[in-house]
Amino acid sequence: MILRSLQVPKADFEAATGWTLKPEGACRGDVCIPLARPAGDTVDVAQVARDMAMPLVAAEGHALWALGPAAIGSRALVTAQAPDLQLPDLDGRTFSLSSLRGQKVLLYAWAPY
Amino acid sequence: MWRSLRDELHPKGFELVTVGLDALGDAGCRPFIEAAKPSHPSLIDRHHVLAELFGVINIPSSVWIDEAGVIVRPAEPAPAPPQAGAAGSRLGLPAELPQRMREIMAEAAKIPRATEAYHAALRDWVANGAASRFALSPDAVIERSRPRDADKALGHAHFQLATQLEMDGHHAAAVRHFREAHRLVPDSWTFRRQAWSLEKVGDDALARFWQGPDPKAPEAWPYEGDWLSDVREVGAENYNEPWRP
Repeated sequence: MILRSLQVPKADFEAATGWTLKPEGACRGDVCIPLARPAGDTVDVAQVARDMAMPLVAAEGHALWALGPAAIGSRALVTAQAPDLQLPDLDGRTFSLSSLRGQKVLLYAWAPY
Repeated sequence: MWRSLRDELHPKGFELVTVGLDALGDAGCRPFIEAAKPSHPSLIDRHHVLAELFGVINIPSSVWIDEAGVIVRPAEPAPAPPQAGAAGSRLGLPAELPQRMREIMAEAAKIPRATEAYHAALRDWVANGAASRFALSPDAVIERSRPRDADKALGHAHFQLATQLEMDGHHAAAVRHFREAHRLVPDSWTFRRQAWSLEKVGDDALARFWQGPDPKAPEAWPYEGDWLSDVREVGAENYNEPWRP
């Protein structure tokens, strides 16, 4: 997740990381990680990063950070429940993977290089 | 390439979502998307969140997700459906290729592709759903997803920082973080190919496929490896892990 500030709206944090912030902790599918403090409408990214073992890297000389994935378990997936991927199309409209519930989906990664 | 397969399977409750992984965003992906005239959602992923969220390490790759939003096959190589026409004409490449590009295409041709088995499995899953032997259990999906430790997680953060710095016009800083990402996530081809593709050689359709030092200034190449050297080192036959049913 790219950050211009270390205080971000909860919805942005959830959309970018795939973790939903609930009273019991940060959850994805049936996996929940307890947090030191329940998240309010604004997430203290540095604190949550510590709680969830997420690497936080700063760009030297810029107000810019990147938050990496939680290193939980030993695999890229901690649950088979797909996160609600949200990405723009060519016209800049955000598409949500969850809008395709009820259909089988093949998510296909390609690149122009 | 995929559109005719998608249009065939769509009435059976199937949808294809293509995602272009490119820090250059629209500018990089648009010509290819417009040429494909997709009837399905076609998305742009400038920070490679598919790597972070799904463990994608190479392209082309696929993830299969069922009607309830549960992954039934994690990221794996996804060979294109069999089709007519040469790749070069689709990409608008010049007929006379430079030596390096001929060598790249010769290595790429050696990469094993389980095309028939993969597409038979896909059709089986679309027809039979959870009863298909190709739909894996949640535990198997997690177990088959890419290994990830703290170093790899850190490498993903460096990679996303690099793509943002590149988008913001700070190329030298981006290179430093791409290099860290490459060191920390050595099994990701996408992280390397993305960085190499930003070192354009020439300004024609080949510029981003060169993926290595400019012969006119090889000393300016900022990375340890390049596509041709790295593929030859590992062996084209090992470029992808073998497809498992």
